[in-house]
Amino acid sequence: MLKVDNLHVHLDTSDGIVKAVDGVTFSIEAGETIGIVGESGSGKSVLAHSLMRLNPEPPATYPKGKVYVNDRNVLQMNKKELRHLRGNQVAMVFQDPMSSLNPVFKVGKQLIEGIQAHRKRPKKEAKEKAIELLRDVGIPDPESRIDSYPHQFSGGMRQRVLIAMALASEPKLLVADEPTTALDVTIQAQVLDLLKQIQHKYGAAILIITHDLGVVAQLADRILVMYAGRIVEFGSTQDIFYRTAMPYTWSLLRSIPTAGAKRRLIPIDGQPPSLIHPPKGCNFEPRCPFATDACRHIDPDLEPRGDGHQAACILSASEFESIKEEVASS
Amino acid sequence: MSDLLEINDLRVHFPVKKGLFQRPKQYVKALNGVDLNVRQGETLGIVGESGCGKSTLARSIMGLEEPTSGEILFNGKDYMNADAKDIHHMRRDVQMIFQDPYTSLNPRMKAGESIAAPLKAYKETDRVEKRVRELLELVGLDPDTDYHKLPHEFSGGQRQRIGIARALALEPKLIICDEPVSALDVSVQAQVLNLLQDLQKKLGLTYVFIAHDLSVINHIADRVAVMYLGKVMEKVDAGSFQSQALHPYSRALLSAVPVPDPSEERRLDRIVLNGELPSPADLPSGCVFHTRCPLATERCRTEVPVLEEKHNPNQKVACFHTG
Repeated sequence: MLKVDNLHVHLDTSDGIVKAVDGVTFSIEAGETIGIVGESGSGKSVLAHSLMRLNPEPPATYPKGKVYVNDRNVLQMNKKELRHLRGNQVAMVFQDPMSSLNPVFKVGKQLIEGIQAHRKRPKKEAKEKAIELLRDVGIPDPESRIDSYPHQFSGGMRQRVLIAMALASEPKLLVADEPTTALDVTIQAQVLDLLKQIQHKYGAAILIITHDLGVVAQLADRILVMYAGRIVEFGSTQDIFYRTAMPYTWSLLRSIPTAGAKRRLIPIDGQPPSLIHPPKGCNFEPRCPFATDACRHIDPDLEPRGDGHQAACILSASEFESIKEEVASS
Repeated sequence: MSDLLEINDLRVHFPVKKGLFQRPKQYVKALNGVDLNVRQGETLGIVGESGCGKSTLARSIMGLEEPTSGEILFNGKDYMNADAKDIHHMRRDVQMIFQDPYTSLNPRMKAGESIAAPLKAYKETDRVEKRVRELLELVGLDPDTDYHKLPHEFSGGQRQRIGIARALALEPKLIICDEPVSALDVSVQAQVLNLLQDLQKKLGLTYVFIAHDLSVINHIADRVAVMYLGKVMEKVDAGSFQSQALHPYSRALLSAVPVPDPSEERRLDRIVLNGELPSPADLPSGCVFHTRCPLATERCRTEVPVLEEKHNPNQKVACFHTG
């Protein structure tokens, strides 16, 4: 349903051109959940915003690549087509529920406006639809809550309202950019549960962007790991966690504290590279515990590592497997 | 081990002023009877969701908030009723590391100047530069190149290191870490957590470590206190927190954390709490958790459970239903 082909997104800044997304290819099947993980600055949000062309232009430009939604290239759409795409086919849930709602209008008015923008229908019908959506996302007593202002809702409830808005026109793809980062854990658990239920009921595909490996482990069918504007590993959730085939993913998994065992944490040394002047060879080479001389010259492509599993590293799956223990103990 | 810090029945209530004459009609009860002790050399982890009072607690220990009642004893001395001069002296023993390394440093002050600021405040003007250089080295920065850099030239993790160096400048005994890694990426978070542990070992520091991330708390703390709506619900050794926490709120918190392991997570039965946190201006009667508790009974609605020993001397729980 969504196909991204060799996408490049550049941000034109006063310091130079930031290659925020640097040749990304993947696709999303109807009804599945894909998680994008990566650290801040890895390009995951810019990538997600590109799917609806929400990156402000300028500074964003799309020098190369295509984004197909139902076989239409989003990057070549005119304003009218984009309006139709946003909301109808692809909808977005943003990170911060505090700033994504207009504080001076009632929640119901904002929701009804969204419903009517996509399909002309009488106000009364739109209001009924709004109440139904609020009920679907688990807001108690939606008939009266529809007349509340955003400040009268808690953070978790506001995030539910935003999910209701995104669902207004029954999109085929829901893009959720860090939807639970601003929420407390017990509320996060409620919202993640809600996303699963919604997916079941509406059959939408979900693209969830997060830095929390726990969230993707719980929610995603497939995971896309980004580093410095590129996909460095892509595979099923099981592949990523149990058959890790790429040093960055492996290091990332080792750096998180886990329950129980009180071992010393193993950080990834250094910082992500500059995206204005990326290193010549592999982007991860300066921080990679597996790096060899060759890595400084060879920029590895994403290559298959098994059924539907891809990784970008000059080490093959078996080579990586055989020296993993050695690196881990050093 | 002796107690470095002792907090007894601490209450901090903020008046909500309303009406023409701005008379306080209501009080936001941010802390509502907190008892805690922190032993010399340990790390006490404090967990809880937003609004549970953990930051008010940190600010009270720092002397930044005037408690309504209760006492805070530091090294056996009453903190709150001391005169200004004593407080000035005590305060150098208690320092704080803040959450956001982007806003807690002055953008126009060089790293070295920021770290030197507390030394100057306490009139320790001898060999300031040498001390600052030592501190920079201690936190893993380069004294030669990093001394004269401005905050924007550092990454988030490096900025947090400057914040740590600044907190260490006066050789404090106790450091309050208020969500020190929650703004950092996981790979960098591990660097900062390791640094904090190394410094503790090297300098014999005591930490009060506030975080909402339970895996971080589990990793760094020796003991854990779980807070909810201005009260401590459970105190337990960190080692047995994950497996033996008894309070229904602790259990719900633990089960709500998404585990970064696909098989484990899908197997686990999660307790999803219903509803939201009640307003601290209008606290529920009885046990404050009863509105969201799966075990709540009539008794919980009327009676307030006290924090008492359960099963072993290192575990205290405020709940009627934990035997």
